[in-house]
Amino acid sequence: MPEKILTKDFDVKHLFKIDEYMKKGGYKTLTRVLKELKPEDVMSEVKAAHLRGRGGAGFPAGVKWGFVPKDVDKPKYLCVNADEGEPGTFKDRYIMTHNPHLLLEGIVMTCFAVGIHTAYIYIRGEYENMAVRLENAISEAEAKGFIGKNILKTGFDLNVTVHRGAGAYICGEETALLESLEGKRGNPRLKPPFPAAVGLFQNPTVINNVETLSNVPCIMEKGADWFVKQGLSEDGGTRLFGVSGKVKKPGVYELPVGTSLKELVYTYAGGIKSGKKLKAVIPGGMSSPILKPDEIDISMDCASLMKADSMLGSGAVIVLDEDVPIIDVLRKVTQFYSHESCGQCTPCRIGNSWINKIVKRIYRGEGKKEDLDKIEKLASNILGRTLCPLGDAAAMPILSIVKKFRKELESFIKG
Amino acid sequence: MSPEIKASTEKKIKELMSRYPKKQAAILPVLHLVQRELGYISEDGEKWVADLLGINPVKVREVVTFYSMLSRKPLGKYHIQICSNLTCSLMGAESLIDYVSEKLGIKPGETSEDGKFTLTTVECLGACDQAPSMMINTDYYGNMDKKKIDKILKELDK
Repeated sequence: MPEKILTKDFDVKHLFKIDEYMKKGGYKTLTRVLKELKPEDVMSEVKAAHLRGRGGAGFPAGVKWGFVPKDVDKPKYLCVNADEGEPGTFKDRYIMTHNPHLLLEGIVMTCFAVGIHTAYIYIRGEYENMAVRLENAISEAEAKGFIGKNILKTGFDLNVTVHRGAGAYICGEETALLESLEGKRGNPRLKPPFPAAVGLFQNPTVINNVETLSNVPCIMEKGADWFVKQGLSEDGGTRLFGVSGKVKKPGVYELPVGTSLKELVYTYAGGIKSGKKLKAVIPGGMSSPILKPDEIDISMDCASLMKADSMLGSGAVIVLDEDVPIIDVLRKVTQFYSHESCGQCTPCRIGNSWINKIVKRIYRGEGKKEDLDKIEKLASNILGRTLCPLGDAAAMPILSIVKKFRKELESFIKG
Repeated sequence: MSPEIKASTEKKIKELMSRYPKKQAAILPVLHLVQRELGYISEDGEKWVADLLGINPVKVREVVTFYSMLSRKPLGKYHIQICSNLTCSLMGAESLIDYVSEKLGIKPGETSEDGKFTLTTVECLGACDQAPSMMINTDYYGNMDKKKIDKILKELDK
């Protein structure tokens, strides 16, 4: 088994309690970072580690931090994206349940690097129990002097607040998250300006995913070179791949960036359930274009999946077997996006609801000959024509399913 | 008429508000607390929150109608939410939704007459490794099947 970074101590009982976490060496690196390093040392180490965002877009975290203006008079904020709404994704829940202090340690280091004194953890509303666990962990860390005023007597202050969402997929999009945190409907903002310059309450803001931030402590402990070696030169470290659907062993697998998708499905997740044949794999959450069995011999990294016209996204792998009718998949995908479109941009609001209606018609056996062309046309008209990536996130999987499974879809249309 | 909010909840709400540079930012946490206490967000509840945060009531309505976890109708004592997204559906969620619906005599979106159960379908709960999954109030239940549902409902019906 390859070396684990984030999940290595997950079998320790009560790791979520600070004493157990500290027994495993937790907060040791933070102490060294705060007492011996300068903020710019942390930023350059994380940049050199090629830590890409684990939320979906895959943007290098260190570069993102670098966009925050240095000498401004305004307060700066960190928003931790714990909204985890991409269908198929459950890895951040796993981190927050088993090891909340790892995330907190990463948060403190990140805030130190960027000069931030207020952090909000925006956690999806359904994760109530995880939110409570995080709040308890914050209290423990405050009591030990790792969070709060004058941390470890270094003069560095940081407040961390857990903020619960209330059931809206769109709030995982970073500018919708900001709107939501400000107490409004989660309607994404027009970019630019980007959050690094104009973010929460109009102030410079860093937004990072839970898994991304949880990697910072080990980068600072073992160094960027070591971290890069765990993965690929432009895409360092490991990923928490969440495998679900028709596999023998669904679950979270921490593996090096660049692990083959085939190996992930067949070796780690135990292969297809009940001896069935593989039909397709959705490799990076529902938004990622679908792959057929002859396409899964592929390295799981941002660049390779982009080359295959798909994306690594949140690393959530959904496996379909030969018994799954593709119309069912299309129905679920289109149901989801028509429900979750925030309604701000017409192509996404109307387009997704029309597509869903057409798909449901086909499902009922009332499909018309021209329906597949219509779906393709509607989806193509959403692509690139919305304020935020939700439009593309809906159009891409729909187009890939219609393209790759056209014959099967046609078989549902009689007339 | 102002809703009956416990003094302890009000104290908690004040503490929450101090955590943000602008009061309005506390709206979701505050609405969660109000909903927990009153069972839903009533019109009076909306006005109360608006007063508290110093905003127009329509701003509260905008938020309440946007987020699926906030309800303008009273919810049952037990709110059963079954995931109807892709992975859970692959693993049989749709037949489970029908099963629970039939058993409780309510359709998704409805509350039983005695106010005990509300049934809703929900988008991905982030528990696909335990598909089909569902939530009852704040607790997760995974790898559901009809037998497990029978047992849970029987327990709750006591």
